[in-house]
Amino acid sequence: MTAGPRSVAVIGGNRIPFARSNSNYSKASNQDMFTAALDGLVSRFGLEGERLGEVVGGAVLKHSRDFNLIRECVLGSRLAADTPAYDLQQACGTGLQAINLVAAKIALGQIDAGIAGGVDTTSDAPIAVGEELRNILLDANRGKSTQDKLKPFLRLRPQHFAPAPPRNEEPRTGLSMGAHQARTGAEWGITREAQDELTYQSHQRLAAAYERGFQDDLVSPYLGLSRDQNLRPDTSLEKLAKLRPVFGGKDGTMTAGNSTPLSDGASTVLLASEEWARERDLPVLARFVDAETAAVDYVNGREGLLMAPAYAVPRLLARHGLRLQEFDFYEIHEAFASQVLSTLKAWEDPAFCTQRLGLDAPLGSIDRSKLNVNGGSLAAGHPFAATGGRIVANLAKTLHENGGGRGLISVCAAGGIGVVAILEA
Amino acid sequence: MAQADRYTELINTPIGRIVQKQIGLPAPVPLKRWTPGDRVVDGRVLIGGAPGGRLATTLAKVAASIGAEASTPLREDLRAAAAAAGLDAGPWTPAAAATQRYAALVFDATGITEPGQLSELREFFSPTIRRVAKSGRLVVLGTTPTATRSASERIAQRSLEGFTRAAGKELKAGATAQLVYVEPGAEDQLDSTLRFLLSSRSAYVDGQVIRVGSGSDVPEIDWERPLAGKVALVTGASRGIGAAIAATLARDGAHVVGLDIPALEGDLKAVTGSLGGSALALDITAAEAPREIAAYLKKEHGGVDVVVHNAGITRDKTLGRMDEARWDSVIEVNLAAVQRVTDALIAGRSRAVLNQGGRIVCVASIAGIAGNFGQTNYATSKAGVIGLVDAYADTLAARGATINAVAPGFIETQMTAKIPFATREAGRRMNSLSQGGLPVDVAEAIAYFASPASTGVNGNTVRVCGQSLLGA
Repeated sequence: MTAGPRSVAVIGGNRIPFARSNSNYSKASNQDMFTAALDGLVSRFGLEGERLGEVVGGAVLKHSRDFNLIRECVLGSRLAADTPAYDLQQACGTGLQAINLVAAKIALGQIDAGIAGGVDTTSDAPIAVGEELRNILLDANRGKSTQDKLKPFLRLRPQHFAPAPPRNEEPRTGLSMGAHQARTGAEWGITREAQDELTYQSHQRLAAAYERGFQDDLVSPYLGLSRDQNLRPDTSLEKLAKLRPVFGGKDGTMTAGNSTPLSDGASTVLLASEEWARERDLPVLARFVDAETAAVDYVNGREGLLMAPAYAVPRLLARHGLRLQEFDFYEIHEAFASQVLSTLKAWEDPAFCTQRLGLDAPLGSIDRSKLNVNGGSLAAGHPFAATGGRIVANLAKTLHENGGGRGLISVCAAGGIGVVAILEA
Repeated sequence: MAQADRYTELINTPIGRIVQKQIGLPAPVPLKRWTPGDRVVDGRVLIGGAPGGRLATTLAKVAASIGAEASTPLREDLRAAAAAAGLDAGPWTPAAAATQRYAALVFDATGITEPGQLSELREFFSPTIRRVAKSGRLVVLGTTPTATRSASERIAQRSLEGFTRAAGKELKAGATAQLVYVEPGAEDQLDSTLRFLLSSRSAYVDGQVIRVGSGSDVPEIDWERPLAGKVALVTGASRGIGAAIAATLARDGAHVVGLDIPALEGDLKAVTGSLGGSALALDITAAEAPREIAAYLKKEHGGVDVVVHNAGITRDKTLGRMDEARWDSVIEVNLAAVQRVTDALIAGRSRAVLNQGGRIVCVASIAGIAGNFGQTNYATSKAGVIGLVDAYADTLAARGATINAVAPGFIETQMTAKIPFATREAGRRMNSLSQGGLPVDVAEAIAYFASPASTGVNGNTVRVCGQSLLGA
């Protein structure tokens, strides 16, 4: 046993470029994509044939056959086949939560090194049969005699063949995530202009990051893509202003531009104890300090679906005696520009901060020039479970480049969940 | 008493609704009424205000104390007020209105000091008024015009009456609109008034103006039993509205002393008996009645806390055919006796039968405001009751007591059931809620005036008429 938690190093990351739905990766499965990202990480850090403590990851949209998705990926990768793995699912928080769990095991001394990440495809999505057809098939399967096995099929009706695709709405409210955020954004008075501005900045910054080679050791080309397909370096505020609202009705402010598109992709991050990294002469980009997960009761309408990170951050700050302003970089996942701006506004609001967060005063505002400095999900795209890995690797490298500093990560997720973390270098 | 009249029941069936829409009939909905244990407000309370208002903190405090689900516009002063008052207020901008329903819209208009700023009302209510829930509430709070600091402010504040009355007529489905004028310095007196207006206790009060002034300190009370330990005299308590008043005051914790004429003693005892109260059978117009009442209350209860002058009669005739007996009896019972009993109860200052912090509530009538065909005697007496409230308000305020009146409109009682059908239907429907009120609606307004927390509510005549077109 070790005495006290160990420091956890972020060694680096690798991901494949994110593709728009039903495009370059439309024929690639979750397993294909995660294995590609994993193998890229293995070659980048010379881990071929190495047995790691574990590989953890998951996908939000998953086929039932992929019950051991990450373990299957490990077996198909160049890591040693005796590297254990497990799947994890926490909606869009999957990637960051996987990283948190690997980091926790390293900190506790249970493992020395591990890989965490996530993958998602909205192109190769699982399509289930409807509930009635499923029951018929199960009943037929339970039959003992041939007659018993055939009888249930007499109940078959044409409408039973309609597929049941994955739902894009919250089961308890029947509202899509965008519709939820449209309400939250309206309550917080988030304007179309502010959302478009953030979107424009995201594209500009991600394009600049690619231009200066920042992404070279974070992204490996895959199936004909070497950059994120959603990136529009030439977009402008004028172009964004022309888009029609897609959520919140005709007076809505959320468009296909300032909301993330459905996308496909995978990401991985290598974490280890500093000792393990030193032994292998691997770089330490940053330390994974801590994480916090919060959830809100959005069902009764008292809190917005995507507002959980606003609750998680102050708890994490309190644990470390930090103020919101004591960060050099902020990585707030841009699920929707409106989500980022609502969160920032809530932290400036006295009623929200005192009554809901239980603070004495508002957390205050942040220096916006420190927000998503190398672009965010609006530009890169957002393959749900792959976003956490993209952000952690990105922030770790940003801190390293900066010669040190502290960064805050915030990721909102379906089900009213939020996962946040602190990195330091 | 049925919860809704036959027409209201029919209109609220699926077929009835189709017929109503096709031929544009009035569309009354059964009003939500209060029962013990109910929340003050069920649903979202949106609290807004014109910049520079002085009531934001008070409103937030009341909203917090009633446990309301509240929102406020994202303006710094309103958000800071919510934070200071401990109100978990959700954020709100007009863009959010389209997706929400409001149990109550509350607007602090005290910041409006010149007519140009009245546009704040439009900006707040225009996106929200159509989103008010069934039996919802719209409450505007202003500064008493006579207590303003400039001509412009006085004009602008007086304008609020027109706004709330018109808004009351636009509200649908049992929702009501009220205006509360708050004197500067009386901010801490608002609790009982807001609780009454926001709750279903004020179901049939609509389009009214209530003035709240500064009074002695508001005591801490149990809002479920505000009259616990109090003694309340209710005249004319044996039936109709009087019986409902007795029951409501007893529900709120009071020991009720019911009074009625000896001929109705049986009915009276049935009412007071069931409420654990006591009965006093005498004729209030008798010469010795005031002294007897005072003596009884002093001897049996050591005084009285709440006096409800409810006893009243009608003796209708057109003026040309009005005989002396009809005229005199109505004036005697409805007005002259009320004054004599009041005098007897407040005589002797510190040794008065009316206890310190006493409450006198009179029952006037919209006939006393609008006048009524065939009721010159009755209208005269009831207008006199309003005059009585005006005349005694200062005297009572000086001893920490209050006097107010309710003016019922069309209330469903045995008396109104005898009105010929066409006249009755006209009376019932010619108001913003398209229905008659119930005796309990009058009783709830009286209970509000009677509350120990209504210290700053003095000299008001509040109609319980569903915003009747008569005299409005």
